[in-house]
Amino acid sequence: MEGGAQRFEKLRAWLDARIGLEDLVKIARKKEVPVHRHTVWYYLGGMTLFLFMVQVSTGILLLLYYRPSAEEAFESIQFLMAEVQFGWLIRSVHAWAANLMIFTLFVHLFSEVTWFSGVALMGLAMGFGFTGYLLPWNELAYFATKVGTEITGAVPVMGPFLGRLLRGGDDVTGATLTRFYGIHVAILPAAATALIGLHLYLVQRHGMSVPLDVERSGGAGRRMPFVPNFMLRDLVGWLAALAMLAALAAFFPAELGKKADPFLSAPAGIKPEWYFMFMFQSLKYLPGHILGIEGEIVGILGFGLGGLFLLLVPFLDRRTARGEPSRLFTWIGIAIIAYMLLFTYLGYTASATK
Amino acid sequence: MAEHLLEPDSSRRGFVNWFLGLSGVAFFLSTVYPLTRYLVPPQVAESTAGTVTLSIKPEDVKANSGQIFKFGSRPAILVRTPAGELRAFSAICTHLNCTVQYRSDLSHIWCACHNGHYDLNGKNVEGPPPRPLDAYVVNARGNQIVVSKSA
Repeated sequence: MEGGAQRFEKLRAWLDARIGLEDLVKIARKKEVPVHRHTVWYYLGGMTLFLFMVQVSTGILLLLYYRPSAEEAFESIQFLMAEVQFGWLIRSVHAWAANLMIFTLFVHLFSEVTWFSGVALMGLAMGFGFTGYLLPWNELAYFATKVGTEITGAVPVMGPFLGRLLRGGDDVTGATLTRFYGIHVAILPAAATALIGLHLYLVQRHGMSVPLDVERSGGAGRRMPFVPNFMLRDLVGWLAALAMLAALAAFFPAELGKKADPFLSAPAGIKPEWYFMFMFQSLKYLPGHILGIEGEIVGILGFGLGGLFLLLVPFLDRRTARGEPSRLFTWIGIAIIAYMLLFTYLGYTASATK
Repeated sequence: MAEHLLEPDSSRRGFVNWFLGLSGVAFFLSTVYPLTRYLVPPQVAESTAGTVTLSIKPEDVKANSGQIFKFGSRPAILVRTPAGELRAFSAICTHLNCTVQYRSDLSHIWCACHNGHYDLNGKNVEGPPPRPLDAYVVNARGNQIVVSKSA
């Protein structure tokens, strides 16, 4: 098969002349990954990226059947789930991959160095979750969106304007659905793609973060080449994620519930997606007024400041910036995670109907 | 001589830079302004109906029960107290906008979203709601119930 090899060589040379293939190969060969006992966390980034690609492809498939209007949205998904072959599978994979992506992203966030692009991507992922949740136009989504946009509306000064901007009017209506649809399928994907590009570029530029304790005990002793050693291991992670997705989608297909009706009461036992649960449960415990300010405004300001604090950690935590361990910030981090876990647990167990 | 030549030159350059900068700002504003205005949804005329007539027979509303009805474009709740009195309130929870319901087991109004409780006068009595529900005036007229905003 000498002709085949020659033809391949010609193709390679042709590509190299046009896109600089040789340079790309050189970069890929040079890239190395530090090997230490926390190396396993590096795979979460790749897994998140894989789940994002799953979301883009299943999302495009869903677009072929989905109809973004208050009159037709619910019915179009009913049709997708009941009539379209494997429609249930595509939708369930989309719903589950969203949840897994938030999870892997959350774990990944705490083990990496390019903090700002990471936090921004987390924000985008939650935006995806919030806007996508409304699209089936069912009862739970309707009230979750009412509450969510009202929370935006309670932000001091800019709130009422932002609330109207987000809802596309004074109430959650078909106009909100159209707006969320546009945000979910066009604005956020564009922003996420740009940010992921920036994030990957920064990781290439600064190298992968090595945990402090490893750094202090002499740094990572060994390094492994990215191609093919790390890439193949990454691939195993992708396959594991895919297997988990397939199992979850097949055994726990996404539910649809009842169609939203603005003239029905919010159903008992209503709750948001698990990653909003700790905030939801906190809002339940806040009384009507705290020191003369409405309770929910105190809560919203609290979460806003918490998010701002999270974003500014690299500036506040001078010790870690100098390469020393910072006990204070470790404890603050642990306290935040413990708070989230406790309130999420309460959200699922505390009686909601007392 | 050389200085004399440079002077008008650099001021001309400064003017051109200033002019370009100003055009840049004008271009930016003339793009951003219509874009922002486009994104802000237009005001839709609020339903100004001060009165709604429900075709519900007053005797069909059982004591210790409640139901949601349309008051213009917003939901409202009609309640018959255990004592037999008809009352109506806005059904929009003052906490975060959910739609409230009547709890026969508690004999008062409740919001499922964040566990807010209101008594039979619409007053917030427990949980996160910061204000009472807006109360309406209810009149039973033969086979109809007329609900109106208090004047």
